[in-house]
Amino acid sequence: MNTPLHLWLIPLLPLLGFALNSILGRGLPKWLVTTIGLLAPLGALTVVLNAARSLVGLGAGLPALPYVEACPNPWIALGSLRIDFALALDQLSLVMLLVVTGVGFLIHVYSAGYMKDDPGYARYFSYLNLFLFFMTTLVLGGNLLLMFVGWEGVGLASYLLIGFWFNKKSAADAGKKAFIVNRIGDFGFLIGIFLLLSNFGTLSFANLGALVAANPGWTGGVLTIICICLFIGATGKSAQLPLYIWLPDAMEGPTPVSALIHAATMVTAGVYMIARTHFLFDRSPLALLVVAIIGAATALFAATMGMAQNDIKRVLAYSTISQLGYMFLACGVAAYSGAIFHLMTHAFFKALLFLGAGSVIHAMGGEQDMRKMGGLRKKLPVTFWTMTAAVFAIAGFPPFAGFFSKDAILYYAYLHGAGGKILYGVGLLTALLTSFYMFRLWYMTFFGEIRSHDAHPHESPWSMLGPLSILAVLSICGGWIGIERFGAYLAPATGKLAESASSSHLELILSIVAVLVALEGLLIADKYYRRSPERPAKVAAAMPGVYNLVANKYYVDEFYGAVVVKPLLGISKYLLGWVVDIGIAGGAAWLLAGIANFGGAILQRWQSGNIRSYAAWLAAGAAVVLLFAFLQPVLFPASVPLVHFNLLLGGR
Amino acid sequence: MNAFNPIILTLILLTPLVGAVLVALLPDRAKIPNWIALLTSLVTLLFTLHLPAHFAWGQQQGFQFEINRIWIESPAIFYHVGIDSLSLWLVVLTGILAPVGVLASWNAIQSRPKVFYSFFLLQQTAIVGVFISLDLMLYYGFWELSLVPMAVLIAMYGRKDGSKAALKFFLFTFIPSAPLLVAILWLYTRTHTFNFADLQFEIAAGLIPAGLLFWVALAFLFAFAVKVPVFPLHGWLSDTFAEAPVALAMIVAGKMGLYSLLRFHVGLFPVQARQIAPLMIALAVIGILYGACLALVQKNFFRLIAFGTVSHGSLVILAIYGLTKMGWTASIFQILSIGIVEGVVLTILGGLYNRYKTAEIDSYGGAATKLPRAATIFVLAALTSIGLPLLSGFIGEFLILSTTFSQVSRWWAIVAAVSVILSAAYMLWLVQRLFFGPEGKLTASTSVRDLSFGEFIAVAPLVALMLILGVSPTPLLDSIQSGLHPPSAQIKQVIQIPINPQTVVAPEAKR
Repeated sequence: MNTPLHLWLIPLLPLLGFALNSILGRGLPKWLVTTIGLLAPLGALTVVLNAARSLVGLGAGLPALPYVEACPNPWIALGSLRIDFALALDQLSLVMLLVVTGVGFLIHVYSAGYMKDDPGYARYFSYLNLFLFFMTTLVLGGNLLLMFVGWEGVGLASYLLIGFWFNKKSAADAGKKAFIVNRIGDFGFLIGIFLLLSNFGTLSFANLGALVAANPGWTGGVLTIICICLFIGATGKSAQLPLYIWLPDAMEGPTPVSALIHAATMVTAGVYMIARTHFLFDRSPLALLVVAIIGAATALFAATMGMAQNDIKRVLAYSTISQLGYMFLACGVAAYSGAIFHLMTHAFFKALLFLGAGSVIHAMGGEQDMRKMGGLRKKLPVTFWTMTAAVFAIAGFPPFAGFFSKDAILYYAYLHGAGGKILYGVGLLTALLTSFYMFRLWYMTFFGEIRSHDAHPHESPWSMLGPLSILAVLSICGGWIGIERFGAYLAPATGKLAESASSSHLELILSIVAVLVALEGLLIADKYYRRSPERPAKVAAAMPGVYNLVANKYYVDEFYGAVVVKPLLGISKYLLGWVVDIGIAGGAAWLLAGIANFGGAILQRWQSGNIRSYAAWLAAGAAVVLLFAFLQPVLFPASVPLVHFNLLLGGR
Repeated sequence: MNAFNPIILTLILLTPLVGAVLVALLPDRAKIPNWIALLTSLVTLLFTLHLPAHFAWGQQQGFQFEINRIWIESPAIFYHVGIDSLSLWLVVLTGILAPVGVLASWNAIQSRPKVFYSFFLLQQTAIVGVFISLDLMLYYGFWELSLVPMAVLIAMYGRKDGSKAALKFFLFTFIPSAPLLVAILWLYTRTHTFNFADLQFEIAAGLIPAGLLFWVALAFLFAFAVKVPVFPLHGWLSDTFAEAPVALAMIVAGKMGLYSLLRFHVGLFPVQARQIAPLMIALAVIGILYGACLALVQKNFFRLIAFGTVSHGSLVILAIYGLTKMGWTASIFQILSIGIVEGVVLTILGGLYNRYKTAEIDSYGGAATKLPRAATIFVLAALTSIGLPLLSGFIGEFLILSTTFSQVSRWWAIVAAVSVILSAAYMLWLVQRLFFGPEGKLTASTSVRDLSFGEFIAVAPLVALMLILGVSPTPLLDSIQSGLHPPSAQIKQVIQIPINPQTVVAPEAKR
């Protein structure tokens, strides 16, 4: 007898938390707001952990995966279209849920400390719970449209939380920008949904998967277009080229939000979506190639930008974009479980990095510029040590978590045919840059002497340090499971990984190369930022062109502004607003006025404000009609006998 | 059979009229007109709720709550009213929006409330009349009647240049009705009837020569398209929104024109509608993008909403002229959703105007600091209007675009879908400039109170509806589609109806 898992509780508990805190929150005492805000994710986490018992061999009595819970009434049913409220749990969504609710809960706890003095405390927790509601819906959605609900919903939560301090213009701007850029991606996603609906008539993952599996001949063609459309959606949500521009600005939000939404969970939704629909991508080598190229290009491009940022959160933002590029690279070489593996470890160490950065910013009284930091190692020992674990993890040193997942991605890229070597090369170069800019951050923040005189750094409270410590443990141990076991577990949901064609020597050699590269990055950073801190400025001065280009983020925002936004507004205002609207609409008004002039006297009187002349208008209209009616036999002889007009006139 | 059933439509029609007369007769002080108008509109709402409660859902064909009494012997004009699933919810929506309009005007209308509320209630009667009339002459009467209170009230209560906007409104909507009248009368000369069902039958049966029918259909289309408005006939809307009291702006655009297109253009002239559908689809898609682009650059928030309305209305046009059953169902759903959202948006914006006395967007900024509740509700409405899932706007938008994509035209659907980006841009930009950012000079220096109890009560049910229809749209979709018949099926069904001896055309006329 299988016990039901009550998956519906996972999204609905956070929704309840949102409802309570948003409607009543302002009147409730702070401890109650905190309790509601924390119980919601804790409850969801409990349900997830219950479902995850099978992972540790306690799965007796649990239903087999994939497991579906559906509401008996459909959400939308019209004609042949039927979309259910169906939640589906399989290995993939289980892993994702563990990350989302687990890391999510830790960040909720951290937030209770970080935001404790904010006047919008209840509003903050309600938004955070709302985010969890949509994120778990996204993960659990059994069909693409329900996933889209979550997809748009996390965008909304992100919009609200980026613009949380809405009186700050930059924050409100950033929230709006995030939403609109995401909408561009969503446009692609929607077209993909329309294509799937018109070609397959269903959006349920299970049905789609079965349909594709039953037709081995379906490759390329419309599937390629569908996959590219879905991938456009992913580039928006997961901040890939060319739609990554919103993520750095999203750092305007509170730091725990950056950790939860803009690093650990929401931005990885694109990767999750591709893994979820991998059976479509598997049939389109071209689409996979596009995914791999965009992923690799984004990884490298964002890493170069990360090297020249001085705002601690922006460095992390670019590094997030870059790491997401790795995940797409893995998807592009069909190593979906590799992508999810990196997604998981990244969630640990990147959440930790952001929360650590938040602790630093908290300690520095709101300062985010690394040039004003330094020497915080002794003042903030717990923050320092936990962040160190995260920095080593993201740089790819064994035995930290990031090493295993990044190594797996590079390995499968290398195995992936001829083009794979190029992808591998780009990935390796990115690894070097990553290691460099992360140790740059590490040195600039924690080593040397403090460079700001009015700061009095102090360690954060334990509500913040607790989550840091747990995440540090996960950043160290999170990868020990290894890609083979992880991939084998996920195989029913994401397909098998490519068999290693050559000997295990290759794997070892590639690992050693990766570690050496990470070490090189550390050494360069050490040379420039610890031993001779005056050198970076000299290097920058030596090549001002390149430095300015990178420091100004390649002027991409400016480019979009000049090529998309300004022309759109200009065309709307001048061409459409002045030429067309005044031309056509105004012209129509003139035309009508001209017709009206036909009864000019009446019009004049009407203009003088005499509304009663309306009656005269009606009379004039009726006269025209009667004239027409009488003339009709002349115009259209014999078509209608005249007697009928007598009827019209009231005589018989 | 409920005792009310035979007279319920008449009650819905006459209650606002009685209220209008009462308002006109009773003294003009101490908010008496306001209270009577509110009471009347609430009673009317109660009556309209009778309709879905007693509607025979299983019945696929024909009209319900029907009354058909002769009114004028010759020409044969009947008091013929009735509803089907097409008009049912529109009548209910009109019922819901009336009290909202009264509450939204509560503080806005300071001078001569008596005039305002009696015309407002008269307008209500006219609109309900448009939705329930099944006799073309009766319909035309209500159609024309609906213009008068609107023009008068815009002229009297305009914000800056009311009389100019009223003139424009009048020219745009009255002149196209003249050909409509001619066309209706011409149909009468051929068929001796104004009865909708009879006309539908005779046209479908080919009893009227097709050559002239094209022009007749065009006259119908033209009059309705101006009212929607369809690009490029939208010239009046922006001025009307800028000047009209919000209670009237809520009802002027969209529903009447869109309903009339469905019932009296596509419904009466399916062949002609099919001929002109490609043009309408093209105009619809242009209108969707054009309205959104112009909304982006408006400086006055009422004008911004006007162009947003053009964009949204055009989406419904796209669904109507796709000529599919799913599209039609979605179009009615979307008309309802737009009506609800605009009710909220205009109530809040009207409230802002009352507080700050300007509609210039740039004068605002940071209004959320003092008006957190207004900001929250406005954001929710904005999200509905840009089609966020689990809110009502998404359902209509998704169904229309997806149906157009799979059953009508991929490319037009793709181009139309660009509006999901543009609508987010103009609405969120509006939200930001009004409510977010640091407080501007105006918002900082004016002392205001957050939503009043009346305003809150006005929008709360609409907000609830946005959520309910977004989460559980299926019952409404089911109820709409139960009585809809796509044009191809319609022609067949009409022919199957046994010929009613009274409507047989004189043999000479058949030539």
